[in-house]
Amino acid sequence: MLILVLLGINLLAAAVLAVIGEKRYAPEVNILGSAATFVASVFLAADVYYNGRMISGREYFFVDEFNVYLAVLTAFVSMTTAVFSRPYMRHEQERGRLGKVAMRFYHAMFQLFIFAMLMALLTNNVGILWISMELATLSTVLLVSLYRTPSSVEAAWKYFILCGVGIALALFGTVLLYFAAEKVLGEGSKALQWTNLAAVSGSLEPTVLSLAFVFFMVGYGTKVGLVPLHNWLPDAHAEGPTPISAVLSGLLLNIALYALVRCKTLVDGATHGNRAGQIMMAFGLVSLLVSAFSLLRQKDIKRMFSYSSIEHMGIATYAFGLGGSVATFGALLHMLVHSLTKSAIFFTVGHASQMHGTQEISRIRGLIKGNPLVGWGLMLGVAAIIGLPPFGLFTSEFLILTATMKSAPLLAPFFLLGLAIAFAALLRKVMPMVFGAVPDYQHNQRVSHTPVILHMILVLVLGLYLPVFLSQWLHGAVRLLR
Amino acid sequence: MTAGLAVQINSVLAALILLTSFGLLVQRRIYGMLRLFAWQGAFLSLSTAIVGYTAGLHHLYISAALTLALKVFALPYILYVLIHRLEIKRDVEELVNIPTTMLIGIALVIFSYYLTAPIRELSTLITRSTLAVALATVMIGLLIMITRRKAVTQIIGFLALENGLFFAATSATYGMPLVVELGVALDILIAAFIFGIFFYHIRTSFDSLELKDMEKLKEDE
Repeated sequence: MLILVLLGINLLAAAVLAVIGEKRYAPEVNILGSAATFVASVFLAADVYYNGRMISGREYFFVDEFNVYLAVLTAFVSMTTAVFSRPYMRHEQERGRLGKVAMRFYHAMFQLFIFAMLMALLTNNVGILWISMELATLSTVLLVSLYRTPSSVEAAWKYFILCGVGIALALFGTVLLYFAAEKVLGEGSKALQWTNLAAVSGSLEPTVLSLAFVFFMVGYGTKVGLVPLHNWLPDAHAEGPTPISAVLSGLLLNIALYALVRCKTLVDGATHGNRAGQIMMAFGLVSLLVSAFSLLRQKDIKRMFSYSSIEHMGIATYAFGLGGSVATFGALLHMLVHSLTKSAIFFTVGHASQMHGTQEISRIRGLIKGNPLVGWGLMLGVAAIIGLPPFGLFTSEFLILTATMKSAPLLAPFFLLGLAIAFAALLRKVMPMVFGAVPDYQHNQRVSHTPVILHMILVLVLGLYLPVFLSQWLHGAVRLLR
Repeated sequence: MTAGLAVQINSVLAALILLTSFGLLVQRRIYGMLRLFAWQGAFLSLSTAIVGYTAGLHHLYISAALTLALKVFALPYILYVLIHRLEIKRDVEELVNIPTTMLIGIALVIFSYYLTAPIRELSTLITRSTLAVALATVMIGLLIMITRRKAVTQIIGFLALENGLFFAATSATYGMPLVVELGVALDILIAAFIFGIFFYHIRTSFDSLELKDMEKLKEDE
């Protein structure tokens, strides 16, 4: 029941905003819808916390420790992004980059996108998960090309085609999974339910599932943005409006990784080995290294941080592949803190590029003197994202490194190399942007303080101390995935 | 209709689906591609209905009807209207090296048979030999998308790929659960509207539908 309310709010908000999205109070409605979703997700989480896992809605939905923490995270980040988008999009409108229809479209699709992601998380059906992933892609494609500039249309086309093909291959994987499951569970929807599949994963045909995993890996891997399937990601992030970059980077990549990890546990159960994990480790490590080197030569600020997202998704994929309780715990924590940090960074980046009227790194200067909140927000965000203590990413990366030292010591140098290069690259690019004198073309503007401050405080707190309920959830999720 | 006859008819239909895929691979005229795509949809729909009839599964009739409505009528019609409005009907695409493309296609078919060999032995369904054809259709769809340089033809390649997926769903498993199939059909329909909008956007921002004009976003500009 609560799940239906949770999903219904977004749909309702999307429908309302499709009508009134260009009005002056539309951003407030957008915030209200997202805030209501967040409240509902907290209630759901509390319910799961006290009463344990549950299956509801004629077994079409289920909630366990793994998806509930991601659902709360999704609802939270979408709420803060809605708060950030209010001044940001108003400014874009005043600059004349967006018309009324575009605003209506933007607001409605934002809510639909959140709906698709929550649906993907909470559904119990592998097929519906696929449908929601596709819906999440489709709802954001035209948001990437919202400005209608040639390069944004090109970026959106690339996103549409590459993710379309990727996700089509994931559907082939789903067909193969159903083919194997139907022999054990019989025909119909019950053979595609996570809860049923997890119970019988030991008796599924290993050859079919190994083949299916290859398709899942390529399919959902495209959406996670793993190298060499990452081509769409920097373009889509750089060309779309910044609130969309924040949710794409902070949330959508997480959801795709969630789908991949769920599939991996099934394949592991069937093959009684860690072949799937090894594939994920390879993809993850290559993504980490390639994106770290790519960071060095970026000229566009949003493009640079989208490569940083590829890097962090690579780290999480690698850690899930490594397996074991320490690495899995690290990966889960990493997904959480990366999402919070990266969306905060995109908020500050959005304001910074509006202040200078450009996304070029070489033209963004003197942020701290110009606007202390934006400057320090970006500086601290980058300090967190490169893994400096005491922020949360230090904890998660340290856990993953410990697990690597223990179970795959030969890979540790590569892992450290990737982290070190990303560290140096980001720091070198960001220092001149935040320090130094204010250039004459910089103009100050109204910024939204709350989302940045809130996210950074959370990342800091998670680095120093893990609340009991959160560590219980993550431990529960680790048990599920082992 | 006996089971043996149904198997034979289905094999013929599988062969026809593969044949239309190869046709799409080398057809140079847009209307020709559209016609081939509609035929592929028709074969797919017929094959689904036959599997439904022999296996006694009535929900497959719904999928067959959906396929017929979407892939034979709705999508080709939408594309036809778009091509007409955008006035690109006389465009002929220059395809380099048709023989090489064909050879790669054949290699992909062999590769698909090789990949699905272990699964074919496991399957007890009447349609099992068609799984390889389905995978081959998916891969040839990918090849079409790689070799084509126009937005419209690339989309037709994408839809041919999707046809292969549908064929895999019926041939390997007697169709996915109905909820899933309805959802997939809905997604494809939304995608059709989106690429329709896209064609206009690309046209207004690039003055053509050639994808080679869209190569600005690269590293190291």
